Amino acid sequence: MSQQIKRPFSERNLFTKVITNPTGAFSFVLVSLLTLLAIFARFIMPYDPTKTDYSHVSEMPSALHWFGTDDLGRDILSRMMLGTQFTLSGALLCVVIALAVGCTLGLIAGYFGGFWDSIGNWMSNVLQALPGLIVLLAAATVLGTDVYVAMAIYGFLLSPAFFRLTFVTVRGVRNELYVDAARVSGLSDFAIISRHVLGVVRAPIIIQAGIIASISIAIQSGLQFLGFGSGENLSWGTMLMDGFQSIWLQPIRLLYPSVMLALTLVSIVLFAGNLRDETERVGNRVRKSSKKSKEEHVSEVAVEKPVIHAEPKRSGEEILSITGLEIGYLQSNGQYKVVVHDANVSINKGEVVGLVGESGSGKTQTALALLGLLPAGGTILNGSIKFDGIELTKLPSKEFDKLRGRRISYIPQEPMSNLDPSFTVGSQMMEPLRKVMGLDKKAAKARALELLNMVGLPNPEKTFRSYPHEISGGQAQRVLIAKALSCGPDLIIADEPTTALDVTIQAEILDVLRDLQKKTGVAVLLVTHNFGVVADLCDRVAVMQYGRIIESGGIYDIFDNAKHSYTKELLAAILDENGPAREAYVAKKVGA
Amino acid sequence: MLKFTLRRLLTGVLLLLTVCTFAYFMLYLGKDSIAYGILGETATKKDIIHFNQVHGLDKNFFESFFSWVLNAVQGNFGVAYTFPDPPATIIGQRMSVTLILVVVSLAIVAIVSLALGVLGAVRGGWADRFVQFLGLVGFALPNFLIAFALVVQFAVIIKAFNAVGWVPPERDFGEFLKSATLPIAAISISGLASLTQQIRGAVKDTLQNDYVRSLRTSGLSFKRVIFKHVLRNAAGPALSVLGLQFVGMLGGIVIIEQIFAIPGLGSLSVAATAARDIPVVMAVVATMAIMVIFVNFVIDLLSAALNPKVRLS
Repeated sequence: MSQQIKRPFSERNLFTKVITNPTGAFSFVLVSLLTLLAIFARFIMPYDPTKTDYSHVSEMPSALHWFGTDDLGRDILSRMMLGTQFTLSGALLCVVIALAVGCTLGLIAGYFGGFWDSIGNWMSNVLQALPGLIVLLAAATVLGTDVYVAMAIYGFLLSPAFFRLTFVTVRGVRNELYVDAARVSGLSDFAIISRHVLGVVRAPIIIQAGIIASISIAIQSGLQFLGFGSGENLSWGTMLMDGFQSIWLQPIRLLYPSVMLALTLVSIVLFAGNLRDETERVGNRVRKSSKKSKEEHVSEVAVEKPVIHAEPKRSGEEILSITGLEIGYLQSNGQYKVVVHDANVSINKGEVVGLVGESGSGKTQTALALLGLLPAGGTILNGSIKFDGIELTKLPSKEFDKLRGRRISYIPQEPMSNLDPSFTVGSQMMEPLRKVMGLDKKAAKARALELLNMVGLPNPEKTFRSYPHEISGGQAQRVLIAKALSCGPDLIIADEPTTALDVTIQAEILDVLRDLQKKTGVAVLLVTHNFGVVADLCDRVAVMQYGRIIESGGIYDIFDNAKHSYTKELLAAILDENGPAREAYVAKKVGA
Repeated sequence: MLKFTLRRLLTGVLLLLTVCTFAYFMLYLGKDSIAYGILGETATKKDIIHFNQVHGLDKNFFESFFSWVLNAVQGNFGVAYTFPDPPATIIGQRMSVTLILVVVSLAIVAIVSLALGVLGAVRGGWADRFVQFLGLVGFALPNFLIAFALVVQFAVIIKAFNAVGWVPPERDFGEFLKSATLPIAAISISGLASLTQQIRGAVKDTLQNDYVRSLRTSGLSFKRVIFKHVLRNAAGPALSVLGLQFVGMLGGIVIIEQIFAIPGLGSLSVAATAARDIPVVMAVVATMAIMVIFVNFVIDLLSAALNPKVRLS
């Protein structure tokens, strides 16, 4: 959204796009034809629509009367044509009033302040507390059943739609810097509003106007069906009523106005919908193109040869082995964009292996592939992932469900967004314990509290009862670590477990992770961009860049003897990132 | 939670009062011409003053509105101008009919759009396109067009259901089904569209959240995550649309009751308007407002129960 507000797209371009797509073109042609019909109805209708002819009563369609005649011998085609004029002008009246009232108040309220916001809100609450039709009927008790009056009132009733729209957009634009700049440069408020604000709200308003036009046509027809208006006000609604009364004798008379109404409403809504889809797509396009430029950037980089250090002495048996892994995303052109190339990683039981690289290097993709949870469109194209002898790349999803949590678990990057906001921490802790481990409620609660205590939460009982928005980021990350450990996994995948936290809390969380890893002997794949964290925890490291592993080896080989220029860059960055506190620790470990 | 409930209740009462004030004010302004219309051409000024006196409209606006409110709270809506029974009695007779129609439709709409919305959001592909198409048609077509199509197809051509009339369920349940199926279908089909779209959108948005993946990583199945966690988080926006939907249904039911000649509140409101019967119109407005406010109150409580953050606001 903010993207769209910042740079209003060219509307002519938008319009061309809408009418070149088939449903857009269809709806546009139909709406235009209807408008022309409404304007020129009196000149092109073949008969006088009110002239009765008792020698041609209730006739079926013929060459003389294309749509047939009604019970008074009036030509139905002519009546439909004139009815279009009345129907559309009623809708126009309604839209114009809704626009005038809603946009004006929205502009004022949005630009000048909060008091207007509460008034506007209260008004729209009142207006929404009663169905429009009931309000119109009540108003008719006093004001009579003139359809134009009813449509004017209805326009007023629908104005909150425009009020909301204008208000929200104006609020958004008002806080943009360029509006401040305009004010500083001495433009009057009025000039600012008309110059900057109106340009932004135009497209959404056209869409909303279409929707309101269709609603008002529907309600107008409904009112006339209920007997509103006089005989002179010939519209589709009047014809619906005539048709309904002859439903047993001549049901086809109900068909014409119904089909006309249906076609009109569907095409207006289709047109508005197309316009909306297209505006949304414009927003997406901007984002997509920025991604592409990054990709092109990749091919420009000369690929340096990967460096594989000799394996240090390793203990334990292998729990995970990734060989030749290739992950791709299906693009709209049917091609796969490869985000991970030929990745090889091996982890033994009890080992901590770091997967290091900058964002976008493919390390998170690799981690998600291990969990069988690649986002939609992502596929493993090649290679194998063997976990304790099980081939994960071809594992059916039911089988994978049995592995996750119990054997492979996950610590996410962003603690706050990874807890379900609607459930207490306790219930989220207990759910896997009960579903995966099959504990009963009492045992699950006891175990959950024990785990919360284990990760160093000062008051486990309180955290257990809290909702996620009631605890801090550091506490949430401890909860997630407890959750990852809860079903006694053999492998934990930790995806940037400290990145979102404050520096002091990072250190605490790393301590918790290190202690618990030692205590439980679980293998860990630690995904991070931070060599400081790697130095703290890992036995071995694989460095990724542009979807490839460019250097791997034991922790000491990498720290003492990095070969690849990118690894050297990352190592040099440690000092900048975590300050002196980390530096001392790294130095100690590297020097040891 | 108690504080939240009380505050919502108070807002509801205030809203009801505002709506009634507006309606009463409007009708009060037109009282003389209305009295003239009802008494006929021969009425003298004296007759009109007397007529207004009988119906408590001779005092100033505040006094007469105040006494209306006092009586209304006790369930007394005065004497009808044209109907033989007092407004309160008429409302009592007709309310159950409308409630059956609306409550059954609301339940159908809620269940079907939940199923379709989740299907569209989770499955994608043709299922999603079908849901989108349904949403478009349901949104664009007013319920009376759908009612016409149903009547022509199932009452005129096939004759499986009744085209008009109403049989209360306690009198003959089979006949009740014959008379109620088509109107309920018409109301539900047009109500389905926007709720289905809303649920589809809300589920799609919720699926983007990080915790959905995290829940999967702790070993919960996709189904469980969808039905326990995603739906609960998607429920807030969907519920508020359900509230709007209810308002739309009450409006739509006016025409539906007229089409099927059903003696409910909707057809009463048309008849009362045509007769310019102020006490009955006011009683209908107040009853409908109470229904809307009550449903929205229940929805507010439900959202608060589902989402801990709502309770804070």
